[in-house]
Amino acid sequence: MAEQMTGAEMVVRALADQGVTDIFGYPGGAVLPIYDELFMQDKVRHILVRHEQGATHAAEGFARSTGKPGVVLVTSGPGATNAVTGLTDALMDSIPLVCITGQVPTHLIGSDAFQECDTVGITRSCTKHNYLVKTIEDLPRVLHEAFQVATTGRPGPVVVDIPKDVQFASGHYVGPENISHQTYHPKVKGDEAKIEAAVALMMRAKKPVFYTGGGVINSGPEASRLLRELVKLTGFPITSTLMGLGSYPAADPQWLGMLGMHGTYEANMAMHDCDLMINIGARFDDRITGRLDAFSPGSRKIHVDIDPSSLNKNVKVDIPILGDCAHVLEDMLRLVRASKAKPDGAALKEWWGEIEGWRGRKSLNYRKSDKIIMPQFAIERLYEACKPHDTYITTEVGQHQMWAAQYFHFEEPNRWMTSGGLGTMGYGFPAAIGTQVAHPESLCVDIAGDASILMNIQELSTAVQYRLPVKVFILNNQYMGMVRQWQQLLHGNRHSESYMESLPDFVKLAEAYGAHGIRAETPDELDGKIAEMIDSDMPVLFDCRVASLANCFPMIPSGKAHNEMLLGDDVAEEEIEKAIEGSGKALV
Amino acid sequence: MNTQPGSAYFIEERTETLVTHTLSVLVDNEPGVLARVIGLFSARGYNIDSLTVSEVSHERHVSRITIVTTALAEVIVQIKSQLERLVPVHRVTDLTEVAKQNNHEKPLERELALIKVAGTGENRLEALRLADAFKATVIDATTEHFVFEMTGRVNKIEQFIQIMQPLGLVEVCRTGLAALNRGPEGM
Repeated sequence: MAEQMTGAEMVVRALADQGVTDIFGYPGGAVLPIYDELFMQDKVRHILVRHEQGATHAAEGFARSTGKPGVVLVTSGPGATNAVTGLTDALMDSIPLVCITGQVPTHLIGSDAFQECDTVGITRSCTKHNYLVKTIEDLPRVLHEAFQVATTGRPGPVVVDIPKDVQFASGHYVGPENISHQTYHPKVKGDEAKIEAAVALMMRAKKPVFYTGGGVINSGPEASRLLRELVKLTGFPITSTLMGLGSYPAADPQWLGMLGMHGTYEANMAMHDCDLMINIGARFDDRITGRLDAFSPGSRKIHVDIDPSSLNKNVKVDIPILGDCAHVLEDMLRLVRASKAKPDGAALKEWWGEIEGWRGRKSLNYRKSDKIIMPQFAIERLYEACKPHDTYITTEVGQHQMWAAQYFHFEEPNRWMTSGGLGTMGYGFPAAIGTQVAHPESLCVDIAGDASILMNIQELSTAVQYRLPVKVFILNNQYMGMVRQWQQLLHGNRHSESYMESLPDFVKLAEAYGAHGIRAETPDELDGKIAEMIDSDMPVLFDCRVASLANCFPMIPSGKAHNEMLLGDDVAEEEIEKAIEGSGKALV
Repeated sequence: MNTQPGSAYFIEERTETLVTHTLSVLVDNEPGVLARVIGLFSARGYNIDSLTVSEVSHERHVSRITIVTTALAEVIVQIKSQLERLVPVHRVTDLTEVAKQNNHEKPLERELALIKVAGTGENRLEALRLADAFKATVIDATTEHFVFEMTGRVNKIEQFIQIMQPLGLVEVCRTGLAALNRGPEGM
């Protein structure tokens, strides 16, 4: 059933055949044939962003909130280079993206033609894989392979670079049914003997803890369901990374909160003192481990990961299990059920006693105020207001991101979109737009900072154009808050270039774009204004004026271990300034 | 516990010793595949001591890349995993590891070198005598120079080049290592 069509038609046809409903892009000379095809059909909707970086983050938000691949279409040269940040972000956070870039005609490649750049060269290290399609015969196979590579194994971004003459050329289209990569076949099923050994360790453990990450979410909703079952069945405590929030319900008593640099005291202490760590789909990132040679010194470690290069990379583990989280969890659950040995109830009771002691420190406490809005308080009120709604949260990067992770609670996976690995300021707003495209009836809120939001503010035009009622909740402290906090910690409190001089009037800015602007300046008006934001059927910029010098606590300072946390309520200013010393200073 | 050199958090003084391993990598011979492999090494700070690439199956367009690398033992494992992650990579074999498992000191490793030596008189005769002793063959000559072709183990080639230094060594071209494991099995 080989049909004859042009390369541009093939692109649109392949997208439709892959079940793609929405793509994010920006036209330009080298992709005009594809845009012409888009114009003549109605299966694939195109969302016109205002900057290619916005397209990539929007596609990430779409992908993260649906579990489907996000698709981006940009032109050659600057179109492709503008997409690089988003591609790198997707690579770091394992988000499936297919990014189609136009390229100058094949006979001009290498001639420094107008809007030419070496797209495959530039994106080689920031994609999972990339292709330059030089002949029409290769195009349909590459397009379908791109989706296969992006969505299977450890997901990631794939670039398909298509020269303009290939878009015009005519050839035979092949559907996705018969396409499978020759050599790329990631392993999903874990080794049974290793899973058995892991279960045996679990049954003997006196102080176990589950440490889960974004891999559980990438694995799909079934993985979260199985994880919940396993955690319930064993009675073990569970903590999760920034990327893993929502895979286990935050309201559950077995949940310890997030771990890591700004994680809760109980989560980090449990990680430090445990005798068995069960890592499911997390990667021992440096924000999690803190000082490596003091990381959980007394524990045996089990690590489930789909990427063999993640196993034994940062931390040596006792039982590495290569496989997809859902598959391994299913086997684990079956073996735990069948196991003659049961979890050590008495030991667990004692362990929970210790954990409750740490919980009693209430590490997320902060100084309340009735005059100024504390940023933590703002997130708490936002959370309460969003509770009755079907809510998706995205964030930018900085203090507001950590406060959102600490004070906004997630009960379901795919509800929380944040830039964890790359830490991309400017991620959250376009990601919220992509999320809203995927979930038009839901409440999509970007929790932002005053500095981050300005990095992709142009996307307000996109939100207005497509009537996407995205809410941007800006914790405005007039600083790059996290930079300022680190300057306080490390650089004698000298605020070098971290004060946001000449911020725009966000209310007027919203109005200028045709959106709605709201400002809240005191705690007593906060609830009313948040309700106004949620009730609005327009995109909203919410300028929430918060305490300008609040710090994000608890915190593991650089070069310190999990049991050396700074807790917010009992640190004096001078203690903050002395928190990082010696070798820690050079670290990030 | 702390295996990654230069972790962002804690730079530990390392006492473990470095090891040198020969890796064989089978890849699809498609444009950019070598750049992917080399890019991975530079991006992650791994060393390349020697690199040899050639298509070994013309029908299937499969190339064999032989890489000699020096790193901590656990980093060698990591290099292998990182290489396996590349989409066009079929298989990665740590030849040194396989040799060790089979109680061999090393895999079979050979290199080819072309060595140009210029000179007259006693030096010229001495160069020729040594070439004979090292089983190097003359593939080009005038009354003022020789080009020797030499195949063999790396240290033999190194030694020969060193000896040629005072005898009028002009330039050297080496292929890098070609390597296979002993025995009837393939990789």
